[in-house]
Amino acid sequence: MKILVGYKRVVDYNVRIQVKPDGSGVVTEGVKLSPNPFDDIALEEALRLREKGVATDVVVATIGPADCQAHLRNGLAMGANRAIHVVTTQAVQPLTAARTLLKLIEKEQPDIVILGKQAIDDDCNQTGQMLAALWNRPQATFASKVEINGSAARVTREVDAGLEVIDVDLPAVITTDLRLNEPRFIKLPDIMKAKSKPLETIPLESLAVESGDHLKTTAYAAPAKRSKGVMVKDVAELVALLKTKGLV
Amino acid sequence: MSKVLIVAEHLNGKLNSSTARCVTCAKAFNAESVAVLVLADAPDAVAAEAAAIAGVDKVLTVANPANTHAIAAVYAPQVVAAAQGYSHVLAPSTTFGKDLAPRIAALLGVAQVSDIADVLGAYTFKRPIYAGNAIVTVEAPADATLVATVRTASFAAAAAGGSATVEALNLTMELPTHTRFVELQQGKSDRPDLQSASRVVSGGRGVGSAENFAVIYKLADKLGAAVGASRAAVDAGYVPSDLQVGQTGKIIAPELYMAIGISGAIQHLTGIKDAGTIVAINKDGEAPIFEIADIGLVGDLFTLVPEIEAALG
Ligand SMILES: Cc1cc2nc3c(=O)[nH]c(=O)nc-3n(C[C@H](O)[C@H](O)[C@H](O)COP(=O)(O)OP(=O)(O)OC[C@H]3O[C@@H](n4cnc5c(N)ncnc54)[C@H](O)[C@@H]3O)c2cc1C
Repeated sequence: MKILVGYKRVVDYNVRIQVKPDGSGVVTEGVKLSPNPFDDIALEEALRLREKGVATDVVVATIGPADCQAHLRNGLAMGANRAIHVVTTQAVQPLTAARTLLKLIEKEQPDIVILGKQAIDDDCNQTGQMLAALWNRPQATFASKVEINGSAARVTREVDAGLEVIDVDLPAVITTDLRLNEPRFIKLPDIMKAKSKPLETIPLESLAVESGDHLKTTAYAAPAKRSKGVMVKDVAELVALLKTKGLV
Repeated sequence: MSKVLIVAEHLNGKLNSSTARCVTCAKAFNAESVAVLVLADAPDAVAAEAAAIAGVDKVLTVANPANTHAIAAVYAPQVVAAAQGYSHVLAPSTTFGKDLAPRIAALLGVAQVSDIADVLGAYTFKRPIYAGNAIVTVEAPADATLVATVRTASFAAAAAGGSATVEALNLTMELPTHTRFVELQQGKSDRPDLQSASRVVSGGRGVGSAENFAVIYKLADKLGAAVGASRAAVDAGYVPSDLQVGQTGKIIAPELYMAIGISGAIQHLTGIKDAGTIVAINKDGEAPIFEIADIGLVGDLFTLVPEIEAALG
């Protein structure tokens, strides 16, 4: 069984994002870049399925600029067998990403595609669902547990009402939630080993993907600041204040 | 002129208030007409609720046993069929809408606007990115169907008082059977629903254990509040995952939010930035939560929270 993992590079979640003063974007020069946390979880899940003997081949794929190679080496060091780098200088929107991943699916014929439920830069939460639709296959989004039973997967999903369990026939797209697993740390020997693992480079133009970048971002702004509050010294003062505000 | 189709969210025969919030969003860009689409096994009760929302002109129903559970792969082609002639398809930015809307957008071959937080025009919206650290203005093409999810915390629910007509749609299409509902594990709770409650009491890692969470529940019950939690509290197993508030949990806007033993990580704050009054209780006076709290109190939660409960009489 082959698993394809979407592995996006994003601004590290610890970075305090600053909007540029002229509103043309956010400051990304010199900030730390890391794998999208949800994609690390996706890769970890794929590796665990391989370790359980369910899968044999784990392929990580990213769509990004030339310097994403180091990022993919990271995925290989974590344990992926191979990597695919779709090279583009432009950030792609989810529909384009989904159409691009569909091309990789046609080429790789995976049984499972695992993606993060959202990327923590654009927070769109779309690509997995779009990919499943274009592929005409099931989607199991927001997964917190995945069991493979032959030709189907039983997936527990974190939904607003609680935990929903569904069965999906394979092949299928699964998107990860935070509690699916805790990704492993990469050890030094793995970094060495990753250097010799296959990394295929494909220019985005060569895939003849119809662009789905239909949205135009016309302005960036810092979020409205909440006005500075007050510190109270004790419970009596707190409750009195809440009563004046009519909140209790 | 925009004609809006809203996909109704419902569970156990009850309409979710997220649907009425989508109506408010549609009204914000002066939609010419608003229709609500109810996909269900037996849609009548939900359709009647939707028809009573002020501002809804028409309710469309599709009765089909295949629609008993909200399976995105089953719903999406039906929404696409029903959406013919509409300029906008809206769904709430809840797990229901987040799961479904991109599937609709992809079938239509259009981009999706996620998490509309503010309306500037029928095709121009503001939405948060980077866990709410930046707000972008996005413009979608006016010559394609606009598919979007609506950040429910940003729009009040449209009031009752409508009397829309209800029309049954007869969609004959083959629906996939590759995705099957098994069960929904739902914590039973008599407490108000976290997403729509006007008061929320949340606990974090500082609460320390599932047993200790009783402190939070007791205060919540005294206030008639819903209970929420930080990711750390959920990950540690103190409370179920559906109580998580934040970037990857629920985005809420109660009138009163009490953050207890929560440090105030950006991913948590993005879930509460539209709350009316934020109260923070933390033993660390330097905790970032105090930077955004309207009222802060430094001290041990195990002393303070029972005191608050007592003071409320
Ligand atoms: C991709 C991603 C997504 C995330 N999404 C979310 C999300 O949706 N929601 C979310 O909440 N987090 C999210 N997080 C996690 C977030 O970064 C923080 O780790 C988390 O919010 C911390 O939870 P906490 O404040 O309860 O714990 P901590 O940061 O450990 O804070 C505990 C606080 O309790 C206080 N405390 C301890 N004991 C007491 C006491 N006796 N009395 C009073 N105060 C006490 C401490 O001073 C401390 O401030 C996400 C992280 C990532 C990377």
